Amino acid sequence: MAPILAIAIGALFGTGLYLMLRRSLVKLVLGLSFLAHGANLLIFGVGGLVEGHPPIVAEGETVLVPPYADPLPQALILTAIVISFAVTAFALVLVYRARESLGSDDLDDLGGTRT
Amino acid sequence: MSFSKAGHEVRRGPLLILLIVVLAGFVAAPLAPWLCRSLGATRGGALLALVPLTLCATLAAIGPEALAGRGIFEAHPWVSGLGVGLDLRLDGLALVFALLITGIGSLVVLYAGAYLGDPGQAGRFLLFLLAFMASMLGVVLADGVITLFVFWELTSVTSWLLIGFDHEKAESRRAALQALLVTALGGVALLAGLLLLGAAGGSMRLSELEGARSAILSSGLYEAILVLVLLGAATKSAQFPFHFWLPNAMAAPTPASAYLHSSTMVKAGVYLLARLSPTLGATELFTLTVTSLGAATFVLGAVLAAPQTKLKRLLAYSTVSSLGLLVMLLGVGTQAAVVAAGAYLVAHALFKAALFLVAGAVDHETGERDVEKLGGLRSAMPITAAAAGLAALSMAGIPPLLGFVAKEVVYEAALPAPGGVLVIGLSVVANALLLLVAFESGVRPFVGALRETPRKPHEAPAALSVGPVLLGAAGLALGMAPALASSLFVDGFVASVHGEAPGKPLSFWHGFTPALGLSALTVVIGLAAVALRATLRRAGRNLAAAARFGPERAWDALWSALLSIARAQTDLLQGRRLRHGLALTALASGAFVVSGLLAGGLRLPPIDVVSAPLAEWALGGLLVLGCVAALLARTALAAVAVLGIIGTLVTLVFARFSAPDLAVTQFVIETLTVILFVLVLFHLPNYARLSRPSTRLRDGLLATSFGVVMTLLALSVGSLRRDDSITRFLAAESVPGGHGRNVVNVILVDFRALDTLGEITVLGVAAVGAFALLKLRPRG
Repeated sequence: MAPILAIAIGALFGTGLYLMLRRSLVKLVLGLSFLAHGANLLIFGVGGLVEGHPPIVAEGETVLVPPYADPLPQALILTAIVISFAVTAFALVLVYRARESLGSDDLDDLGGTRT
Repeated sequence: MSFSKAGHEVRRGPLLILLIVVLAGFVAAPLAPWLCRSLGATRGGALLALVPLTLCATLAAIGPEALAGRGIFEAHPWVSGLGVGLDLRLDGLALVFALLITGIGSLVVLYAGAYLGDPGQAGRFLLFLLAFMASMLGVVLADGVITLFVFWELTSVTSWLLIGFDHEKAESRRAALQALLVTALGGVALLAGLLLLGAAGGSMRLSELEGARSAILSSGLYEAILVLVLLGAATKSAQFPFHFWLPNAMAAPTPASAYLHSSTMVKAGVYLLARLSPTLGATELFTLTVTSLGAATFVLGAVLAAPQTKLKRLLAYSTVSSLGLLVMLLGVGTQAAVVAAGAYLVAHALFKAALFLVAGAVDHETGERDVEKLGGLRSAMPITAAAAGLAALSMAGIPPLLGFVAKEVVYEAALPAPGGVLVIGLSVVANALLLLVAFESGVRPFVGALRETPRKPHEAPAALSVGPVLLGAAGLALGMAPALASSLFVDGFVASVHGEAPGKPLSFWHGFTPALGLSALTVVIGLAAVALRATLRRAGRNLAAAARFGPERAWDALWSALLSIARAQTDLLQGRRLRHGLALTALASGAFVVSGLLAGGLRLPPIDVVSAPLAEWALGGLLVLGCVAALLARTALAAVAVLGIIGTLVTLVFARFSAPDLAVTQFVIETLTVILFVLVLFHLPNYARLSRPSTRLRDGLLATSFGVVMTLLALSVGSLRRDDSITRFLAAESVPGGHGRNVVNVILVDFRALDTLGEITVLGVAAVGAFALLKLRPRG
C-alpha cells in the first residue's frame, strides 16, 4: 500500500480515538465515524489495492479473469458502511434526546442522573 | 476379588425395566403441582407416594435376579455421536440404595404433602422431590461413567432447589447456593477423575473397569484418579473439611432434610466409594486416606453435634458423623468392615429418616424446635413418641434394634484393623456422643413434664406418623431378625463391594466378645454423657465457637474474594466511564499489533515514497489534512463539514481502486450522515472544550501512538499470508451459481444473504428506535 494512504489510515484512527475520548457526546459520535472510515480503509487495504479491475465478470465470460480486485473485503465493507450509518443515526437521536431531557451533552454530567 | 473375566455373566433386564425405574420419577414430577391443586396437598401427596412405592415393589421383585449373577444390565443409545450410552446396572450395591431411595421416598412423599399443607407449596415441593428421587436412582443404577456423572450433577441441582425452597429467606438462598457450589465443585473434580479412570482402564463402564484394576493401578494415573474421585465423594457426603454445608442445608423443609440429608443424597458419596472400591480400593493409599478422612469426620461430627439444641441441627451434625463412620469402614475395606458398612448404612437410613420426620412432626404440632424448650409430649403425641423412641434406641445402639446389631459388627471390623486401638477409642467416644444426640432428639422432647409451646400439642395426623412408625418398626424387626437384614440388604452389598458374600449372616447374639464389651462401654459412657449433658454443652459451646473459624470461614472468605475480584475487574475494564474502557481497548489492540511486528508475524515492506502516483499523494494528503482540521475545529458544524469531506475522499479512494459499489454506497451514506448531523447539531449549539489541557495532552499522546501503530499495521498487511480460496470460489461461482456478474452484489444477496438480512434488521431496529425516541413521549 502506498505509504501516504497508510498514514491517512493512521490519522483517521488516531483522530477517531481522540474524539471518542472527549467528554462531549457529539464528539463521541463524530469520533465513531472517523474510526469507521479508518477501519473500512484498512480492510480495503488488506484486500490488496488493484486499479481498474472491478470484480465484475466481463460479458461473454463465466468467471472472473485475473487480475481483479478482491470482492470479499468489498462485500464486508459495504455491510459495515450501512451498519455504521444505522449506529450513527441512532446515536445522534440519543444525543438529541439526552440534550433535550437532561440539558447536557457532557458524559460526566450524565453519570449521576436518574430520570 | 472373585469377579474374573471368565465369570462375566451379563443378564439383560426384562424389557426396559431399569430405564423405566429411572425415568418414572421424572415423568411423575411435573404432574405434582397439578395433582396437589386438584386433590389437595395431603391427598395429592398420598397419590404421588404410589410412584416410589411401585418402584420399590418392582425393585424388590427383580431383586433376586439382580443378586443372582453380576446383576441386570441395560444399554440404551443416548449420545451416540460421542459414544456415550445410557448404561444401567442393578446389582447388590445398587439394589440396597435403590430400595432405600424408593422405600423411604414413598414415606417422605406421603409425609411432605400433609406437612406443607398448602397445595401450591406442596405441588412445587413434590415436583422437586420426585425429580431428585429420579436423579438419585440414576446415580445408583448408572453403569456408564458419563451416566453416573450426569445424574450426580442432577442430584446437586435438584437438591439446590429443595434447600432453597423457602426462597424468600436470604438464609435459605445462601445455604442452597453454598451446597450447590460445594457439591458442584466436587462434581467437576469427579468428572475429571472419572474421565481419567476411563482412560486408564480403557472402558467407560464401571462394571468393566472392575476387571481393569491392575491396568489402572499401574497406569501412573491412579493417585490423580483417587484424589479427584475422593474430592467428589467428600463434598457430596459432607466429609471434613467440606462438612459445613450440610448443617446449613437444614434451611430446607423438614421432609427434604429427612430424605436428602439422612438417607439419600449425602449417601451418594458413600455409594461412589463403595462402587469404586473393587476398582480403586485396597491399596495402601486408599486405606490410609479414606480411613483417616472418615475417622476425622466421624469424631468431628459427633463432637459438633453434642452441644446443639435445635432438633434439626442435632440430627444434621450427627449425620455428618455417621457418614464419616461409613466412609471410614469403606476405607478399612476388609470383609468385616464392608459388612459393617452395609449394616450401618441400612440402620442409619431407617433411624435417621424416622428422627427427622419426628422432628418435623413435633415442629408442626407444637411450633417449637429447641429441645431445651420441649418436654412431656408423650401423652399428647403417643404414636409419634413411640416411633421416636424406637428410632432413638436404634441410633443409640441398644438391643434388640438394628442399630445395636450394626454397632456390634462395626466394632468387630474395627478391632483387627490397622491402628485398631486408636480407631476403637475414637469410635467409642463418637458413638457415646451419638447416644447423647439420640437421647436429646428422640427421647427428651417426650419425657418429663409437659412444657409450654407456641401451639397446643396434639397427635400428628396419619400422613405424618405413618413414616416414623414404619421406619421405627423396620429397625426393630430387622434388629430382631438380623438374618433377614443380611439376605435383603447386606449380602448383596458385600458381594458387590468386596467380591464375596459373607459366609455367615448377621446375628443378634455373638457371645461374650470384645465387641459386646465395647458396646456396653459405649452405653455406659453415653449415659454418663446424658447425665452430664449440661456441663458438656457448656464445654461444647466454646468448641462450637472455635469451629466457626473452621473451613466455613475459609469458604466464605474465598467466596467474597472471588466476588471482589470480579467486581474490581469489571470496574477496571468496563467501569463507569466509557472512555476508560475505550483507552484500554486501544492500548490492548495497539499492543497486539506491536507484538506482532516484534515477533515477526507482521513485516514492514521497504518504503517506496517516490513511485506512488500523484493522485494517491493527493488523496492521502487531503485525508490527513482533514483529520487535522477536524481536531482543530472550533464549532461542531465545521467538524461535520470536515467529516463530509473525509467521506468524499474515502469515496474517491474506493472509486480509484476498483470498488464502484463501495464508492456509490459511501457517497450516498455520507450525504445522509452529514444531513443527520446538521439536523441534530442545529439543536446543540455548544461545542465547548470540557477537559483540562493535561487531559487533552494525555489523550493526544495516546491517540497519536494509536494512529502510528495503525499506520504500521496498514503498511505491513501486505506481509500477511492470506487464504484466498474463498475469493477464488466467489470468482468462479458468481455467474454459474449466483447468476450475477457483479460479484460484490452476488455475495450480498446470494452467498451471504443472511448477513444482509441481519444488516437490514439492524437498520430497521435503529429506525424504530430513533422514531420512538423522537416521537413517543412519556405521558404527562
